[in-house]
Amino acid sequence: MVDGLLRAVRLVGAMTIDGVWRIGVGSRFLALILLHSGLSFRRFGLTIRKIFFSGVLSVIIIAVSGLFVGMVLALQGFQTLQTYGSTEKLGVLVALSLLRELGPVVSALLFASRAGSAITAEIGLMKATEQLTAMDMMAVNPVARVVAPHFWGGVISMPLLATIFSAVGIFGAYLVGVVLIGVDDGAFWSQMQEAVDFRYDIVNGLIKSFVFGIAVTAIATFEGFDAKPTAEGVSGATARTVVTSSLVILALDLVLTAFMIKGWN
Amino acid sequence: MERKVVDFWVGLFVVAGFAALLMLALKVGNFGAYSPKNVYVVKAHFDNIGGLKARAPVRSSGVLVGRVDAINFDTKKYDAEVTLTMDGDYKFPTDTTASVLTSGILGENYVGLEAGGDTENLKQGDVIKITQSAVVLEKLISQFLFNKAQENTSDKEKK
Repeated sequence: MVDGLLRAVRLVGAMTIDGVWRIGVGSRFLALILLHSGLSFRRFGLTIRKIFFSGVLSVIIIAVSGLFVGMVLALQGFQTLQTYGSTEKLGVLVALSLLRELGPVVSALLFASRAGSAITAEIGLMKATEQLTAMDMMAVNPVARVVAPHFWGGVISMPLLATIFSAVGIFGAYLVGVVLIGVDDGAFWSQMQEAVDFRYDIVNGLIKSFVFGIAVTAIATFEGFDAKPTAEGVSGATARTVVTSSLVILALDLVLTAFMIKGWN
Repeated sequence: MERKVVDFWVGLFVVAGFAALLMLALKVGNFGAYSPKNVYVVKAHFDNIGGLKARAPVRSSGVLVGRVDAINFDTKKYDAEVTLTMDGDYKFPTDTTASVLTSGILGENYVGLEAGGDTENLKQGDVIKITQSAVVLEKLISQFLFNKAQENTSDKEKK
């Protein structure tokens, strides 16, 4: 009884210490990436390749998800707004929820599972096959050559993806709301323009997705770099990337929203 | 520099991203839609502004002529001091009436301007003297009930 309790306490302690240790190493790793990111801008071709890898290849899933999220929002919003007889506010509802929350958050979650996991798997496998060690032997810094381009590629891609998500989502809402259900075309756009502010809605959404991009790619590259060099280690690291970055995105979203909420009234 | 297929796709991706941003800014947001070049600022004091908020529209005959810039509480007069940024293209006489109105039943509050007959126009820094506060529903109802009660008693007295 006492033994079991003691073991439980010890386990909690060990997990806490391990968690704090990982946060410390992760932060140090992020600083290391920033320190060694000179090469990814001097040889921008490296970064462009990673933008293709994590950004361009994610466009399809982001655009299709955005279209469907926008369509569903329009359907759901129409049902609720109908009870108040203010269906012409549908454009406002869809645009604000996409620009402020759903655009940055859902595209970051999709980015984490589509690109984040791929980044972890690639770097983890390079580590398992000792390519990173080989680079080190050739006096090529693996952080500067492999990790930093991945990081900057993701950070550059994320705001672009979130913007595409929001734009496609609003187009989807237009298809369902105006073309299918028959909300007035002029009211849909003019009410939207009246309510959406460039600085407080669109730019704040971009800031959000930029922060999410940093978080997801930092976690993904760290998990890959930190993975145990075995098949099992790489698969575990990939799974951890998706779980951790999803939780971090949601937590950061709460914090960022709390900061930004003053501008919204 | 040698050109690769990857560069083309990344270029397309970046262009698509910026096109989406441009679409959001111009079609969805109000960026560039209403930003008059020359503006003048006037102030107005209200006893009660109701639900008026900063960035609310200023309308005259339903046309957007400016925006509410700031709302402060005047600690000397004990009323609300509303700063209006007016479009320089629209001039109003100095005896213009400003009132806090509501668009629709559940709509937002806005400032409505009704031009007077003075020959001089409002200038930068002027104060609109004639103002009308927001209608508070509770006051309206209590006034109505009070009048009704009074009517009944006066009817009885006549009999």
